[in-house]
Amino acid sequence: MLSCSGNLSESFWRETAWRVVASNAPKFTKHSFPFFLSRAIPKLKTQNSPSPMDPLLELLHQNANVQRADLAKLLNLSIEEIDRRIDQYEKERVILGYQAVLDSEKIDADAVTAFIEVSITPERGGGFDRLAERIARFDEVKSCWLMSGGYDLAILVEGGNLREIARFVSEKLSTVDGVISTATRFRLKTYKQNGMLLSQPANAERLSVSP
Amino acid sequence: MISRSWKLGATFHPMDFSKYIADHVREIPRSGIRDFFEVVQTMTDVISLGIGEPDYVTPWRIREAAIFAMERGKTGYTSNLGLPKLRHAVAKYIKRRCGVSYHPSTEVLISVGVSEALDLALRALLNPGDEVIFHEPSYVSYNPSVLLSRGKPVSVRTSSEHDFRVLAEDIERVITPHSKALLLSFPTNPTGAILRAEDLGPIAELCSLHDLIVLSDEIYCELVYDGTEHASIAALPGMKERTVLLNGCSKSYAMTGFRVGYACAPAPMIEAMMKIHQYAIMCASNMSQEAAIEALENCQKEVEIMRGDYERRRNYVVNRLNEIGLPCHTPKGTFYVFPEITSTGLNSTNFSLQLLRSKRVAVVPGSAFGASGEGFVRCCFATGFDRLKGAMDRIAEFVEEIGRR
Repeated sequence: MLSCSGNLSESFWRETAWRVVASNAPKFTKHSFPFFLSRAIPKLKTQNSPSPMDPLLELLHQNANVQRADLAKLLNLSIEEIDRRIDQYEKERVILGYQAVLDSEKIDADAVTAFIEVSITPERGGGFDRLAERIARFDEVKSCWLMSGGYDLAILVEGGNLREIARFVSEKLSTVDGVISTATRFRLKTYKQNGMLLSQPANAERLSVSP
Repeated sequence: MISRSWKLGATFHPMDFSKYIADHVREIPRSGIRDFFEVVQTMTDVISLGIGEPDYVTPWRIREAAIFAMERGKTGYTSNLGLPKLRHAVAKYIKRRCGVSYHPSTEVLISVGVSEALDLALRALLNPGDEVIFHEPSYVSYNPSVLLSRGKPVSVRTSSEHDFRVLAEDIERVITPHSKALLLSFPTNPTGAILRAEDLGPIAELCSLHDLIVLSDEIYCELVYDGTEHASIAALPGMKERTVLLNGCSKSYAMTGFRVGYACAPAPMIEAMMKIHQYAIMCASNMSQEAAIEALENCQKEVEIMRGDYERRRNYVVNRLNEIGLPCHTPKGTFYVFPEITSTGLNSTNFSLQLLRSKRVAVVPGSAFGASGEGFVRCCFATGFDRLKGAMDRIAEFVEEIGRR
């Protein structure tokens, strides 16, 4: 995934979080503004002024498969410049990787995806980061986000079957020191994955020649 | 009774209907594009760059608005002028995009596509024999539309050396006492030419001097590239009073099948156009108008995304065609490139037909857009990148094979 968080101003986050704090104040100690925020959000590149996404990233985000010679022609740049920018983005970890978007149901009908809401205790000095990273390191965890609202981490877990996920939650996740509670929700059906609709696009019949 | 009428029927000879067709209709030749279309229809595995519409399906939020309109039972006629809310949206949009203010209740008319709005404007303006000046190459329907309104089309050539901009001095050369209107269409289908404010100034002066009405078809106004701002002639001082601004949703929002266009003009002109529209058409489709409201009010982001995509595909196609050896100026607007094919030794019709037969790529011969389009072909780059790349590879093979002949 490419990060777009750089576009959100710090004041946006502060305001949003403030509202969350106001509605949830008594529930958890983590919600005592502003210490929580200053620890949890420091990685946002708020100092950058919001600039539009490099069209190169846009193209790669749509389809990472396009050859570099074609990217050069699309953007009116030299191939060397394309190479240089991509290298740079990879080095800066703006581009984290390249993956095919799969319809997992077609590959393994038994595969299970779960969305797990996790409440954890923040630590003095480290906030949520250490615990979140520890949880994120499990191979089963495909995505892991810190959330505003009634729980802390939202994690997306994939497993070969229900039992695997159950074992992960009961043996690994909930036994991690600092995890207070988990709520596991299973995917029933996928309609859209990473911006791609799973249903066949309606192939609107276009005339082949028109004025 | 029955047997008698049957006998009567049996005595009829097949009749030649064509002699009943009005002279001025019979004399209009078939569109060159349509002939071409019929050849393409018989073939498979064709990559078509012959299309004159976006390859996007209409953004979902617009389609959803049309569905919602139907769910709410918005299936009746609307006001002849169009839904008041849409006319407000149009006035607001034109103010933002072109910098001209129109009164939504008296100066805006919603039509069935820009084609209808243009037809209404011509019919409202022209007495038999009045001359309409337009630039060529340009959209295929201008010449016949003027003829159908009993006017006299007068064309002005534009050329690649001026990036297909129409020049005031060329217009001035064809002005006569019968000249009534000037039809401008920038950005231009098929050349992708645009006019900047400084190009429009002398043309506006000319129109005031010779008392010409301007019909300005600005359907491609959202599709301008390289950070260029679209300039509308109606925004120049004194021009709103003599301009009929024509636009629509088809190209900007990929809504060709919805058939929503509009005209903005001084109230007496809208009133005259409305008379024809009211008796001939009644009103534009109700749900399409609802969809158009959503498009004009809430879809600028979608437009930006499409424009960015088109701009990159344009770069790709221009780079490839120039590499292939078909010189091609960089169009500043629309989704067409207009490469010159004279280096192949073929005329534009033969080039297009041979390319279609041997490589299965459909392009449109430039001559379909007027005599001055000869020597060029129109390629539409509103097609997915993979197909575009495939088409360019095939054209490269074709040109190479011709060179070896």
